[in-house]
Amino acid sequence: MSKKKGSTQVTIFPDWCKGCGICAAFCPGKVMIVDQTGKAKVVREEECINCGFCELHCPDFAIMVSPKNGAPERDAAQDDGPAAPAPAPEAAPAPTAPVPKAAASKAKAQKTAAKKAPAKKAAQRDPNKKA
Amino acid sequence: MSEVTQLIHQYLRHNKKFPHVLCPGCGHGIAMGSIVRSVHAQGWSKDDVVVVAGIGCSGRIAVYMDFNTVHTTHGRALTFATGIKMAKPEMHVIVIMGDGDALSIGGNHLIHAARKNIGLTAIILNNNIYGMTGGQCSSTTPTGDFSMTTPYGQLEKSFDIVELARAAGANFVARGTAFHAQQLDRIMTTAFGRPGFNLVEVFTPCHTQYGRKNKFKNPVEMYKHISKTTMPLEAWSKLEPEKRAERTPVGVFVERDEPGLEERYMEMKKKLLGSAQ
Ligand SMILES: Cc1ncc(C[n+]2csc(CCOP(=O)(O)OP(=O)(O)O)c2C)c(N)n1
Ligand code: SF4
Ligand code: SF4
Ligand code: SF4
Repeated sequence: MSKKKGSTQVTIFPDWCKGCGICAAFCPGKVMIVDQTGKAKVVREEECINCGFCELHCPDFAIMVSPKNGAPERDAAQDDGPAAPAPAPEAAPAPTAPVPKAAASKAKAQKTAAKKAPAKKAAQRDPNKKA
Repeated sequence: MSEVTQLIHQYLRHNKKFPHVLCPGCGHGIAMGSIVRSVHAQGWSKDDVVVVAGIGCSGRIAVYMDFNTVHTTHGRALTFATGIKMAKPEMHVIVIMGDGDALSIGGNHLIHAARKNIGLTAIILNNNIYGMTGGQCSSTTPTGDFSMTTPYGQLEKSFDIVELARAAGANFVARGTAFHAQQLDRIMTTAFGRPGFNLVEVFTPCHTQYGRKNKFKNPVEMYKHISKTTMPLEAWSKLEPEKRAERTPVGVFVERDEPGLEERYMEMKKKLLGSAQ
């Protein structure tokens, strides 16, 4: 993906964002703010230089930076990102797999379900939950 | 860059409740992303990876990742992991522990796992505090710092995890931070591909239990603090000795290539079987 300013689309998944402010504080283009609802919001998408900081440092995996339609893919020589991902292992799902948004709404549905269920039952459902 | 978030989502268990349970800005979440990317960079199949976690906020992250996972007991993750590696040496074993987990209750297991040089990667998410149980001081709470159990400041000295692991005989010892995710990815990817006992310490801010008691207004201030107070090992080594105390070096401290315990065991087994015939 190109590092040219303005060639990216920055998406926040509000269901997953906890409004910690890391993205807003460190984004070199000041692309997002945390708004009154306590969630990150994209306000200057055209200033994004596709540095990748926000995606790597969002503790909740709630930001996605993707090429705008028709924007050239970043060339390999420019990629100083994380250790270049090796070819996907066989068992790993195809790269086109789960779109976070769908997963997020699923999670939300679960959340409401958990709310309705008595607290004790909800805890039982997760055998990994202990303290 | 779009591959980053999408990739992580591919390794999550979407039947778990998201967003995850960790507080806003908790560094453990960033470390989890780094673990996922580094496993992916190794090209390992999910089924060949075992993540063994202790108990604590740090231990919780194993619940969300779609590998073989074992959420064990507080302090004992390395003992379970040692058993797993000895029984199934072909598995890639990653152990996730908090600082309380790894160094207080589990300190004994840590030094012995390093001494035995059992083939796995131990990741210590060091937030200088017992996060999950309400902010008691841990053995890495810096002298003078405040916690629930040190309301007038910590009197004791804290462990230097890197020096401890080095002295105990670990094959590979590195320190990274949740603020430097690219470097952390490189460190973890390296650690995952190596023989013997590999230890990675990660500074992960806990604003809820540690930051608030130590004058950090919000999680962001804690990340700024990490950025100001750490330095790559190479640059740090060139500092005048009296200036070194102001900064904490990050990077790779130890790189040895001794074979892991499970490899030595297999060799012994082969030898003994051979002489029996
Ligand atoms: C044997 C045992 N002793 C004590 C506890 C209570 N306990 C749960 S988590 C924890 C400490 C967590 O601190 P740390 O390991 O630093 O992880 P963090 O939550 O900070 O990530 C303690 C003491 C327990 N679960 N089991
Ligand atoms: S870093 Fe992630 S969780 Fe934090 S405010 Fe930004 S999008 Fe939300
Ligand atoms: S990729 Fe970099 S410039 Fe673009 S929004 Fe994220 S942090 Fe800002
Ligand atoms: S208490 Fe601290 S370590 Fe635990 S989730 Fe919250 S910020 Fe993270």
